[in-house]
Amino acid sequence: MKNTSSAQTARRFAGYSRNRLISMGVMVVIFIILAILPVVAPDSYWVTRISEYMRYGILAIGWVLFSGPTGYMSLATAAFYGLGFYMAAILNGPLPFAVVVILSGIVGFIVAAAIGALTLRLRGVYFCIFTFAVVLLLNQVVLEVERLTTGTRGRFVQQESVHVAYWAILIVFILTVVVTMFIRRSRYGLALQSIGEYEEAAAHSGINVVRTKVVIFATGAIFMAMAGAIMATRRSYIDPGIAFSMETSFLPVLMAMFGGMGNLVGPVLGAVGFTALRDYLVTAYPDAFMLIFGVVLIIAILFMPNGILGVAQQLWRFIRRRTGGSPKTPLEKGGRRAPA
Amino acid sequence: MLQVDNLSTGYGRTQVLWDLSLKVDEGEFVALVGANGAGKTTLLKAISGVLKPWPGSGNISFDGKRIDNLDSNQIVNLGLSHIPESRKLFTDMSIRENLEMGAYPRRSWRERRKTMDEVFELFPRLKERANQLSRTLSGGEQQMLAMGRGLMSRPRMVIIDEPSNGLAPLIVAEVFEILKDLRKTGITILLVEQNVRQTLQIADRAYVLENGHLALEGACSMLRESDHVRKAYLGM
Repeated sequence: MKNTSSAQTARRFAGYSRNRLISMGVMVVIFIILAILPVVAPDSYWVTRISEYMRYGILAIGWVLFSGPTGYMSLATAAFYGLGFYMAAILNGPLPFAVVVILSGIVGFIVAAAIGALTLRLRGVYFCIFTFAVVLLLNQVVLEVERLTTGTRGRFVQQESVHVAYWAILIVFILTVVVTMFIRRSRYGLALQSIGEYEEAAAHSGINVVRTKVVIFATGAIFMAMAGAIMATRRSYIDPGIAFSMETSFLPVLMAMFGGMGNLVGPVLGAVGFTALRDYLVTAYPDAFMLIFGVVLIIAILFMPNGILGVAQQLWRFIRRRTGGSPKTPLEKGGRRAPA
Repeated sequence: MLQVDNLSTGYGRTQVLWDLSLKVDEGEFVALVGANGAGKTTLLKAISGVLKPWPGSGNISFDGKRIDNLDSNQIVNLGLSHIPESRKLFTDMSIRENLEMGAYPRRSWRERRKTMDEVFELFPRLKERANQLSRTLSGGEQQMLAMGRGLMSRPRMVIIDEPSNGLAPLIVAEVFEILKDLRKTGITILLVEQNVRQTLQIADRAYVLENGHLALEGACSMLRESDHVRKAYLGM
């Protein structure tokens, strides 16, 4: 009896680590391809496009890191992203680009921790509204400060080349994926999930609920601020309206829902699919773009509750059933802890 | 081990507990019984830090250390575990993950595998289903999991809130058997129950709570003979 169960456990772990190795391998290959892409194809069109995909990938993962397991819907993404914009506008030039990006991450963490400490006592829709208001508040405050101190509305940013920005965003993207994966597998990931399910029971399990929420919320903000600092250098001019655009808060949420939040592949798929779709519609149907986009979104939310990933899994199950294999998909095997 | 002195508390301006005192010694199995709305769960919430005592209304201490100003998670770290009413499991997690969650305090996290084996020994049925989602368990099994999760932090004392709540009579009997097993491990227990008859059979001492006041206290053997208890709770 004891022997069989330990054998089963061994097999389970072996299978798990093999899957894990495969997904790690695929990831590393993708990262390497992304890293050498600008050398192989220096055409700035694709370099720019893929930077854009990665930027939204970072924002969507950064959002899912906290909001996915806890169910706290944060709309503060634009606040941290915009913060990165201003860090770059003020510091890029006087300080080396790499230092600016790292500093943005640190400032993003601190500001998000402060905001989190204030707001994470709120639940549900109140939290959502407050984070939304934070973006508007920052927008107004920065506008007013700029008016008083510089007398102008916007700022010029010292630019970086397409390729430098690309590699910088790639590094932040890899960092985001690796750190998020690490957190999700760690005891903090499990703690976050339990907070999402039952905050009271989580506290009774010995979790410092408020601290855990604040730290993870702020960790997500590191990547958002870094992405902001990098993307700002691709523009020559920024103002509060550009930096703190609400679109930056809403799009990652939609992308994560569009892609699926079960693991990290979902948000990235969502970011790529969404951005590509938007680009296509803007060029192909510039007038009807918003209309078509809206309809696609509604269909996605209504009929794909688990996103693209959920559809893929259903399809997989269907194929397996047809070919007589086991109908189980990774999601069903138990545990919400994502494989990626 | 646990001492509550002159505690008054409530929700908003509604007072629920009036000047309550209670004490549990190391290794004791103490029961807290009373009807619906008597304030049993409120008292437990105050002990485990969810609810604060009203200002100037006395204090709660565990192992001689005041805990009424601590947060729930700090109290768990001290070795006092609360197994909440109606289970409150993490239903989208597997049984193994639920148990791991219970071992969250750093001190117990390192020993979680060992503790889990001990918990599985106490609840063999959980072991068979370790990788199943916890929502697929039956009511009785869910209660076992809730208890197991509460034990994973390696507490020196557990507070168990209405473990028989919502279970079929046969399963209730099983839960009481488990409670007997639990006391054999030497852990200190404060049990809250509405099931007065069975509770008075297995506990050492009991407190009877009525409308937020302490009505009676004493050894269970004595309470079983008390006219008041017989009339009000045992239907005799």
